[in-house]
Amino acid sequence: MPGAEPGPYLIEVDDLRFSTAGRRIFDGLTLRVARGTITAIMGPSGTGKTTLLRLITGQIRPESGSVRVDGREVARLDRAGLYELRRHMGMLFQNSALLTDDSVFDNVAFPLREHTRLPERLIRTVVLTKLQAVGLRGAARLMPAELSGGMARRVALARAMVLDPDLLLYDEPFSGLDPISMGMIMRLIKANNDILGVTSILVSHDVEEISQIADYCFVMSGGKVIGEGTPAELRRTDSPLIRQFMSGSADGPVPFHYPAPPYRDELLGGPR
Amino acid sequence: MDRILQIGRYPARAVRKLGAIALFLLAMLQAMPYTLRRPRLVSAQVLNAGVLSLVIIMTSGFFVGMVVGLQGYDAFSRLRQEDLLGAAAALSLIKELGPVVTALLFAGRAGTALTAEIGLMRATDQLSAMEVMAIDPMGRIVAPRFLGGVISVPFLTAIFNSVGILGAYFVGVRLMGVDNGAFWAQMQEYVDAGDIHEGIIKSLVFGVAASLVAVFEGYTAERTAEGVGLATTRTVVITSVLVLILDYMITSFLL
Ligand SMILES: Nc1ncnc2c1ncn2[C@@H]1O[C@H](COP(=O)(O)OP(=O)(O)OP(=O)(O)O)[C@@H](O)[C@H]1O
Ligand SMILES: [Mg+2]
Repeated sequence: MPGAEPGPYLIEVDDLRFSTAGRRIFDGLTLRVARGTITAIMGPSGTGKTTLLRLITGQIRPESGSVRVDGREVARLDRAGLYELRRHMGMLFQNSALLTDDSVFDNVAFPLREHTRLPERLIRTVVLTKLQAVGLRGAARLMPAELSGGMARRVALARAMVLDPDLLLYDEPFSGLDPISMGMIMRLIKANNDILGVTSILVSHDVEEISQIADYCFVMSGGKVIGEGTPAELRRTDSPLIRQFMSGSADGPVPFHYPAPPYRDELLGGPR
Repeated sequence: MDRILQIGRYPARAVRKLGAIALFLLAMLQAMPYTLRRPRLVSAQVLNAGVLSLVIIMTSGFFVGMVVGLQGYDAFSRLRQEDLLGAAAALSLIKELGPVVTALLFAGRAGTALTAEIGLMRATDQLSAMEVMAIDPMGRIVAPRFLGGVISVPFLTAIFNSVGILGAYFVGVRLMGVDNGAFWAQMQEYVDAGDIHEGIIKSLVFGVAASLVAVFEGYTAERTAEGVGLATTRTVVITSVLVLILDYMITSFLL
């Protein structure tokens, strides 16, 4: 991204606090994402991974603490500054978020038509190239309602990549994909990183896949980072917290359950 | 005592909502330059709102006109003034019934569709996705739909009025035997430019109100199926009450 002196980190989150609907989501979260890496963010469902991506893209503001992207404090940017920053970001939403009124082709072409003055002939070439990369060139004329969930995810991925951003945020890119598409998407994420030098943040539960492509991982729980390191380091750790997450056990220091009154009380009609 | 406090909350909530709508309108006006540079977005919405409402507007217009014809004939025949039917029907349609009924029908047909559409886009993260793509959904989605409504309501009102006058003509002249020449002549005699202006002003104001409520409710709908449903209902209720209140205010101001 242009503008600031290039430090080693593209994203710096410091002592972040954030609550929504009366519940504290982040309580002193600190993490760094180095430029040009694939950084995975893991954590149980509901810990705030999607919320973190929304903070990084400036859709919501932190209560306190800071989120800096390329040296710029996201919460302090005015609208023009924020939009300028976002032009260098691509985000894959957890639920694809394709524009339902537009065809697959028009969805992928949308950022190009809005932000560039490319002639339609060139737009066509770029869009078809991106669709080819996700294996859906043949689906260009379909409407989003005609796609399966996995296909929609891949179209959304093509759309996120179409402006060749410097930062790509993937919110659970693997969920709901068959093994073949999964392998393809993994290679694509890796290629974006290796060939184009994109910095990638990968939110995912899939420990196996992450181990294969991530350079660095953060494990979040209870509003904080509870462990970090390369996938190999995390697997070797003696921390019971991380071990539990990497091995996928429900019992352990990381609560699998959303805060609740004791199970026995509730079942037996105890105090509510 | 508690009940009284409860009642006290309604005005407070209404004021807060009014404030929210004002801020929303401001944000939309800020996004207008984007929209105005893309007139095609707007014309598509004019067409959309028009096509949605045309049949219901024409059908209702005809029947309302026929009722006006019947009631008018009944009243005027008692006074032996049947010839005035054309003027009376045209005046009541142009000044009152046309703008009000058109706005109510528009809210029920096109307004609800706008609310549901925008609410669903919000619920499925389409608006957030645009934000992240550095495109303001206010300019891209909301403002064109608002303008589409503002532009189409006066046209729909004009159509309602024309069809309504035909309905009154059908009942009065064809069924009840009012003199054809007198029907039209008295209409031209008594309907002046001021009456038409009043109708146009009303339809403009109602168009703004109905479209604003529809897009606001959609944009602020809760991100669930139920939330979108409730927002749709609110669009109809709020627009209806608002149009009737505004109608009284404009009428008392212009008369
Ligand atoms: N709009 C909202 N209103 C109220 N609470 C919310 C809202 N969005 C998220 N939350 C709460 O914030 C918490 C974090 O949500 P988030 O979507 O960031 O979790 P996540 O880590 O992405 O989970 P998942 O892995 O299931 O996608 C959740 O506990 C949720 O209850
Ligand atoms: Mg999530």
